Amino acid sequence: MSPTVFFVAIISAMLINNVVLLRFLGVCPFLGVSKRSETALGMGGAVTFVMVVGSVLTYLIYYYVLEPFEITYISTIAFILVIASLVQLVEMFIKKVSKKLYKALGIYLPLIVTNCAILGVAETNIREGYAEEFGVMSGLGVAAASAFGAALGFTLVIFAFSSIRERLEAANVPAAWKGIPISLIVAGIMALAFLGLEGIV
Amino acid sequence: MAQKQTAKKGKRKKDLHALAVFTRGIIRENSLFVLLLGMCPALAVTSSLETGFGMGLLVIFVLTLSNIVVSLIRKAIPEEIRIPAYIVVIATFVTIVGLLTEAFAPALHESLGIFIPLIVVNCLIMERANNFASKNNVVLSAIDGIGVALGFMLALMLIGGTREFLATGALAYGVYLPLPLEGSIINAGLTLFQMEVFVGPAGGFIVIGFWLAVFKAFELYNKRKKKEARDRWIEKKKKEAAERKRRKAMESAGGSA
Repeated sequence: MSPTVFFVAIISAMLINNVVLLRFLGVCPFLGVSKRSETALGMGGAVTFVMVVGSVLTYLIYYYVLEPFEITYISTIAFILVIASLVQLVEMFIKKVSKKLYKALGIYLPLIVTNCAILGVAETNIREGYAEEFGVMSGLGVAAASAFGAALGFTLVIFAFSSIRERLEAANVPAAWKGIPISLIVAGIMALAFLGLEGIV
Repeated sequence: MAQKQTAKKGKRKKDLHALAVFTRGIIRENSLFVLLLGMCPALAVTSSLETGFGMGLLVIFVLTLSNIVVSLIRKAIPEEIRIPAYIVVIATFVTIVGLLTEAFAPALHESLGIFIPLIVVNCLIMERANNFASKNNVVLSAIDGIGVALGFMLALMLIGGTREFLATGALAYGVYLPLPLEGSIINAGLTLFQMEVFVGPAGGFIVIGFWLAVFKAFELYNKRKKKEARDRWIEKKKKEAAERKRRKAMESAGGSA
């Protein structure tokens, strides 16, 4: 298989099937942690890391543990436990290795467990059937690439959205629309814009 | 809604009557419109009234049962590992509900897709397990679960109905759920004004934003009316006091004269 497959997987997950705007995954942090662009970038970094590692781990567990034992129906329980413990592990590791990074990402890590984008992307990787299409080992690469693309898409959108929200703070918005309602309208317009990218790949 | 909220806020007493627990979750603390919990499914599965209704049913099932179980085992779980324990309980019920939907309502299972396993990470369910079921007895937890989930379902149906009506000019039923009849509740025949954008992702954001603004406007209106009533009351009291003072002064002046 050619390297273009990976490229296509990244672009497709990042722009054409954007996790937040077109697949509605991770909307809670999208609305919650996007008041300032620095915190949005921090969240994006943490999500990128956990999403890629989590997707690889859940993929391996699905095809090397759950499928041989024919217990794929408990995949949801297995995946969420893997992600929760991974986040815990990452938190401990970062705390030990880099105090600075821990201060920057620390508060976002516990939030990531309930970020449905992580579990959603892990589930999508299985449902898309990369393993059947490319073989289990190459499929792992494609799964990781699409997880990376999805995380990049999340970071891109949350950063753009937070920049718009910073400007909205100063705008003269009717009292009833202030805060979340007008932000949702902005997100809707952004989704319309992303809809225009459909059909590139 | 807002009136009750502000009226109760002053007292802040813990009224744990069963009925209060039940109704609180539906309106005053509506998970979606007031607390903004569970946004992802609210956007993703509300392209029609019926998918919203179906998702609501699943959430009622999962939330009620997970609340019951969490409440039953609340004394056995150590404080430090309570979150993973709750996650396992919730994930178990989500798996059960996923298999049941696949068997009895395959069309719904198909259309909800990935959002059935994602009920696990619905913040609403975790929040109820952590903040209510872990502190209250089984009966109250069950009632709370039904109430909160019912509020969530009604919110999903409101959003779903709006989107479906704007997009197709009608409200259909019997498409996704195994109901005895197929047809439509409302069919305005507005084929000329169908706005398909509302079925898509952008429509979801815009419709929820619209409803949030409507509820906020109601709240602001109630608040303003209340403030006006209070101001009037204060003004009246002030006038009365001034009147009394004047009368007193006149009386004393009259007395001295």
